[in-house]
Amino acid sequence: MLDLEFMRLAFAAGGIVGLLAPAVGFFLVQRRMSLIGDGVGHVAFAGVAAGYLLGISPVATALVASVAAAIAIEWLRTTQRAAGDQALALIFYTGIAAGVVLISAAGALNANLFAFLFGSILTVTGDDLRLVAILGVAGLVTIAFLYRRLLAVSLDEESARVSGMPVGLLNVLLAGLAGVTIAVSMRIVGILLIAALMVLPVIAASRIAWSVASAIAISMVIGVASVGIGLTLAYYFDLAPGGAIVLVAAGSFVLTSGARLALQVAEA
Amino acid sequence: MPLRALDVQLEHVSFAYPGGAEALSDVTMHVEPGEFVAIAGPNGGGKTTLVRIVLGLERPRAGRAELGGVPAYRYRPRARIVYLAQRAQLGIEAPATVREVVTAGRAAAHGLFGRLDERDRELVAEAIERVGLTQYARTSLARLSGGQQQRAFIAKALAAEPELLVLDEPTTGVDVDAQEAFAELLAELHRETGTTILYVSHEFGAVESLVDRLVLVRRSIVFDGPPSDLAAGWHDPSHAHA
Repeated sequence: MLDLEFMRLAFAAGGIVGLLAPAVGFFLVQRRMSLIGDGVGHVAFAGVAAGYLLGISPVATALVASVAAAIAIEWLRTTQRAAGDQALALIFYTGIAAGVVLISAAGALNANLFAFLFGSILTVTGDDLRLVAILGVAGLVTIAFLYRRLLAVSLDEESARVSGMPVGLLNVLLAGLAGVTIAVSMRIVGILLIAALMVLPVIAASRIAWSVASAIAISMVIGVASVGIGLTLAYYFDLAPGGAIVLVAAGSFVLTSGARLALQVAEA
Repeated sequence: MPLRALDVQLEHVSFAYPGGAEALSDVTMHVEPGEFVAIAGPNGGGKTTLVRIVLGLERPRAGRAELGGVPAYRYRPRARIVYLAQRAQLGIEAPATVREVVTAGRAAAHGLFGRLDERDRELVAEAIERVGLTQYARTSLARLSGGQQQRAFIAKALAAEPELLVLDEPTTGVDVDAQEAFAELLAELHRETGTTILYVSHEFGAVESLVDRLVLVRRSIVFDGPPSDLAAGWHDPSHAHA
């Protein structure tokens, strides 16, 4: 399998995505913003469509659209121009409608689009990998530097605000990171499923974690393992990789829940 | 170790939330650096609004609110202003340990990207030791009792080396023994650090014997002085609720 260049590219890009998505997703879950990935993913679809229409890289246009959408959701939410779920609904439906209109205008309703929606192991190019590597590493470094602040804001937002922490800026940065994660992940996992890779490993890890640091580390391990196993299954059984990856991540929740139960029984 | 302490000045402060009745009316209150003041009064009497104005989270509709001689909302740097909201609950589902929670108290001291250093780690370890939770430093807060959780939040506040510490109903939901132990711990820390403390509660029994001064708020200030000067009837919490 690894003799094939497209599989090596898929595993390399998938490894970065498997690390980045849960790292960003951890803070989204703690801030009860789990569904932001879904909303932004639908706008990323409009970005891909705009790329086809304009004849430029769909990944680049999806990146711009995703970051802009994530920041817009955060702005709508924090300025209370719309309640959290209303802000999400507004962006969600506008994004998917704009995507459908643009993609039909571009005449690109084809299998290539299907690969963006559900992921494909054939479509990762060397250029894609370079972009995923640069943005993925930048995202992980940003999370590492902001870790203490993001945690402090998650623990007690009001207290953090009183102590002069730039809560609004941190929220916008986190939303922007969610946008970047979606753009770099869509080749592998697909626009419609990337949000799951940001959330499911975190939920699974929380079942057995003993600290915040361990929860993040375990969720990143689950993320990478889900991508690795999912891509392998997709290769051997000719499946859509996004679906296979997310089902593996969902399976990890069953495993960690079982492990937790076993630990509780052992402690009793 | 004594800390620098901040003074609080409220001059003829009035405040109303948008579309709401007046929450505070002509409140004047001066808190000297290092004072330990209890702010009491009935639920809905304006205590929380008062401290939100002190902290600069709300601006008065009329009058002035200052910290260290500067309008409260403009006071900088703010890393040593510490606010523990009502029965501070963790805002996350993940199992944060005592050390992780207390370390969060140092996060504001280093700007957006600054790294925590050896001194931060020492301050965190010291704060955990001072509240008697050293053996629980690696334990998830969710596995501790309500009283122990309150001690962890106090340790988080201490780690920030506060020049002003505001606690809003910190012992709600904690049993009476834990409330008294908590109040004693707070008084001991006040003696050691000399920081300014505002302790907000709808009942003041737990801190009455420990504070320098009691301020009763019922939209305006109805009493301000040593708890011993309070008329006997006011010591009955039902009176404060009237």
